[in-house]
Amino acid sequence: MLADAARGFLDGAAPLTHLRGLRDAGLTHDPALWKNMAAMGWAGILVPETTGGSDMGHAAAGVLAREMGRTLVSCPFLGTAVIAVTALRQVGDARAGSALAQIAAGERLYALALDESAKFNPQAVETRAEKHGNGFRLSGRKRFVVDGAMADRLLVVARTDGGLTLFDLPADRDGIARTPRAVIDSRDVADIRLDGAEATGADVLGKVDDAMAVLAPALRAGQAALAAEMSGLAAGAFAMTLGYLKERRQFSTPIGAFQALQHRAAHLWCEIEITASAILNAGRMLDADPANAAMAVSLAKARATATAQLAVQEGVQMHGGIGMTDAFDMGFFMKRARVAAEWLGDYGYHANIVAQARGF
Amino acid sequence: MPHDDPSGFRAELRDWLAANCPEEMRDGASTEDSICWGGKNWEFSSDAQKIWLDRCAARGLTVPTWPEAYGGAGLERAREKIFHEEMARIGARYPLQSFGIWMLGPALLQFGTPEQKARYLPPIARGEVRWCQGYSEPGAGSDLAGLQTRCEDRGDHWLVNGQKIWTSYADRADWIFALVRTDRDAPKHKGISFVLMDMESEGVSTRPIRLISGASPFCETFFDDVRVPKDQVVGEVNRGWDVAKYLLTHEREMISAGGQVMGAGRALGAVLADSETGQSDPVLRADAMRAEVDGLAVGLTLERYKDRAEAGQGAGDASAMLKYAGTELNKRRLELVIAAGGTDALDWADGRAPTWLRTKGNSIEGGTSEVMLGIIAKRILGLPG
Repeated sequence: MLADAARGFLDGAAPLTHLRGLRDAGLTHDPALWKNMAAMGWAGILVPETTGGSDMGHAAAGVLAREMGRTLVSCPFLGTAVIAVTALRQVGDARAGSALAQIAAGERLYALALDESAKFNPQAVETRAEKHGNGFRLSGRKRFVVDGAMADRLLVVARTDGGLTLFDLPADRDGIARTPRAVIDSRDVADIRLDGAEATGADVLGKVDDAMAVLAPALRAGQAALAAEMSGLAAGAFAMTLGYLKERRQFSTPIGAFQALQHRAAHLWCEIEITASAILNAGRMLDADPANAAMAVSLAKARATATAQLAVQEGVQMHGGIGMTDAFDMGFFMKRARVAAEWLGDYGYHANIVAQARGF
Repeated sequence: MPHDDPSGFRAELRDWLAANCPEEMRDGASTEDSICWGGKNWEFSSDAQKIWLDRCAARGLTVPTWPEAYGGAGLERAREKIFHEEMARIGARYPLQSFGIWMLGPALLQFGTPEQKARYLPPIARGEVRWCQGYSEPGAGSDLAGLQTRCEDRGDHWLVNGQKIWTSYADRADWIFALVRTDRDAPKHKGISFVLMDMESEGVSTRPIRLISGASPFCETFFDDVRVPKDQVVGEVNRGWDVAKYLLTHEREMISAGGQVMGAGRALGAVLADSETGQSDPVLRADAMRAEVDGLAVGLTLERYKDRAEAGQGAGDASAMLKYAGTELNKRRLELVIAAGGTDALDWADGRAPTWLRTKGNSIEGGTSEVMLGIIAKRILGLPG
């Protein structure tokens, strides 16, 4: 039901042409669209009811993410409504509560400033938060901060004396410089330079030296939702390809009558179905047993990454020449699949987590 | 993951298993040597095997999901899951396995007359009658509906002539369910019937087939003027293809799940850890990691489709996906197992080599992977031709 409602809304408000329109206008997102999503309760789908959300859980968030993946919706859902909300929920003080309420209302956008290298590695943080009076001064460089240019707030991971600490800072604080990047999927990504940016003890999310207590659940939630988005992406690209196999004629017959293409299409459908099982399982585990959900989440992200990449490669190849053109939408699927493959951990990163859990 | 148990079913079952499952039946074995297939001529490997079968049969647990009236326990999906979990928890062997349970039973429950159900199902549940499947023929493999075994109406009986191949355990089975041609003029799918035959009937003979993996359960089965009573056709005459297709979906799910039992019982990580080269060879390790990721996802998919079946949506044509994915995965896994074993795994006595060779048949028996992909392309994706 949630899926049908989401699809109905997105088919009208954010079909594939919406992303193309943004891209052609040089924009990365549509604030009015996010306002509408917030009004429907999507921004608050993981926010507690006491702070204005609907608290429907990660399986439901995955349903929304999947539907957004079908039409490649560009919006702050993952970074704000999933990752930031999950982090803020781990804290649960009054300040976090008011942040959650603002997120649910669609009035506050977050971005996670974690990565410092070209590959996801949440432990490899060199950004320093030096003690300064009662607070800290943050210096370092963050790379590939998703939604980093549009965000009102930044979740910054920095090294403190005894470990990593998570800061919740206004994005316009002195000493923070944001440089938007032009990334292939036309979304908002920025590099961020911290140059002595000041933070107080009140800006720390959770405990000093213990970022992972707050961040790890947020990363898992984000990875699961991103996997769900990628499964929707794969399904969307496949639907387009399947339609083309039935309609395109060569040698006086629909090309979908050729067994070589039939078997590849059938194999791809199997992969999409099998990946869907891993996505559903991850959502269920995050809701039922979040402390033990790491393997389920990594299984989902690994499978979704492989499946989405297969779907877009087959999508372009089976469309032939038109699949290579910018006028046709398959390229948007391919570009988003590549970005989503890297963000929050690629296939190898997550396959390693699964393997460790399975005795490797 | 444990499931809810509001009614105390789990606790009751756990107590019953503790009191009734003989120690020797708690080794978790599901090898060819440990399986109880049942049947008139079955020789129990131990007293414990017989006791375990009789106790389970008395409680309906050889066929837990069948109706109680036909020897089952009438368990719905949630309780069936609990049953499997509790069996696994103590490593209990399944008391009985058979084609009667996996294939004929579901088909009879769907298509059989009340008389046929009452006659054939309870002996399957008790392990008294062992069935084999007569589908493929030398000239009808992937093109199964091209089968030519003749079944003629002779008034008070049917007369069957022809040959089947790949009939698993035909040499040890008591009865056979077979597809035969009852109308040679009709289009090929419209002239087939589903008949049940006693293997002791005059004119039935079998010959075993040796496979690349060594001795095999497969046989050729010959029918030479075999007389069959008229009430042994299941479903309508000339509509046997409907029964056949329904049964095939169960066969595919069985083969798909069989791959899981054979391979996925043990994580590939543990297999590599036990081997001399497995941990140090990065290429083998990477391949094994991919197979492990895919294996977990395929396992979740089998569970998801079982859950859907319980909700009244059978896997249907999607059983082709389960069969394709499960058997191709099983081949990948056994390639890795035997590679991890190196030369240690190459002796016949080792067990890994015959298992590895046997998996090559998984993606052929019950419909090849290519046939499965064709079913998906045409019936699920609606591609032309």
